[in-house]
Amino acid sequence: MKRRMGLVAIAALLAGSAFADPVEGVDLVINGDETLVIRAPAPPAVSDIFDEVYSGWLYRDEATRAMEEDDFDNPGMVFVDQALDTWAAEDGSEGKSCASCHQGIESMAGVRAGMPKMNAAGDDLWSLENFINNCRTNRMGAEAWGWNSPEMLNMTAAISLQSRGLPVAVETDGPAHDWWEKGKEIYYTRYGQLELSCANCHEQNNGRYIRSDHLSQGQLSGFPVYRLKNAGLVSIHNRFKGCIRDTRAETYKEGSPEFRALELYVASRGAGLDVEGVGVRH
Amino acid sequence: MMQRIWPAAAVLISFGCAAAAGPAPDDVAWDGSAVDASLTGTPGDPENGAAVMSSRADGNCVACHVVSSLSADFQGNVGPSLDGVGDRWSEAELRGIVIDAKHTFDGTVMPSFYKTGPYIRPGDAFTGKAADGPLPPLLNASQVEDVVAYLVTLKE
Repeated sequence: MKRRMGLVAIAALLAGSAFADPVEGVDLVINGDETLVIRAPAPPAVSDIFDEVYSGWLYRDEATRAMEEDDFDNPGMVFVDQALDTWAAEDGSEGKSCASCHQGIESMAGVRAGMPKMNAAGDDLWSLENFINNCRTNRMGAEAWGWNSPEMLNMTAAISLQSRGLPVAVETDGPAHDWWEKGKEIYYTRYGQLELSCANCHEQNNGRYIRSDHLSQGQLSGFPVYRLKNAGLVSIHNRFKGCIRDTRAETYKEGSPEFRALELYVASRGAGLDVEGVGVRH
Repeated sequence: MMQRIWPAAAVLISFGCAAAAGPAPDDVAWDGSAVDASLTGTPGDPENGAAVMSSRADGNCVACHVVSSLSADFQGNVGPSLDGVGDRWSEAELRGIVIDAKHTFDGTVMPSFYKTGPYIRPGDAFTGKAADGPLPPLLNASQVEDVVAYLVTLKE
């Protein structure tokens, strides 16, 4: 009898019922005056799985949460400042800066919230990094930045900050739909020798711990984030790579079609959460 | 002379491995979701089992399970506590769960510790690079038996 009950209890635990314990009763208020949406009704992509979606900020400890609440304490902001200098600096054979065409960086408001999205030609899904490099190579006559280069990380952080407080809203229909479907397939694929999918941790077990790692829903709204563990900015694709590596799998590369597809799908799972600008995570 | 020695050494090595490894992962004799026979033919060492369960480089069972009798820090809770598993499961059932828990719990997130594939995009440990040839199981036969020997001691 005792053993039966044990079996039932274990089966219930393994059944994968969504179990979340993000911190309750706190709000993310930046600089004391801007309250960001960090809890939102589950968007269509996950409405049959979650009641609500949560920013990763809610899964971090108090000290880490506090760092994001004040831009002077947010270690990511220094990189935004560096990007503002770059924004105004001419580069490449055409003698142009970002500002030459786009004027102030405030013109980028809303851009990050809709990423990734189909390019102008409608034949490829682009992350923010792809759009930036398209400008650099085709309009400025400058060299493309590497996905993980300081220049790219800084610029994506500065552009994301212009969408702070705007809800994630990605286009998943039309030509983007096949990408979204591919991303969904990747999300549920159990990779590597540990045979773990994104869903195994971030859907089935968010709120629980793997050793000291508190599993979140894996939302993108804080990205690029300042990651304490890396002591620097981390891109979405770099974080994807780290997760897949940790399943003892061969990863995909930053900028790969697989990661752009996954980015679209994961973004859609967090639609309605506010872009945080530069999140701070462990 | 060298030519003579090498084939002899090769024979010794292959016999040596066969004796230590027990049945290969694909040759494990399943009885439902249980495995009755020790993979090594000898009892495991519970003390080493506790070490394998605690070490990040080996089983790292505490990544997902609380085991109150182990001193490892930051024990996780993705899986159930293992306290008292020696009361709830037989040795053969525990062996089956450690070897490949998917036989006991369909679709479980628990990795299969004595299995060699097939895997999707198998990597070279935690490097993110492609595996260089077939992967050995996460734990060898002796380690599996050591873990099982420790688990059966976990009584409430």
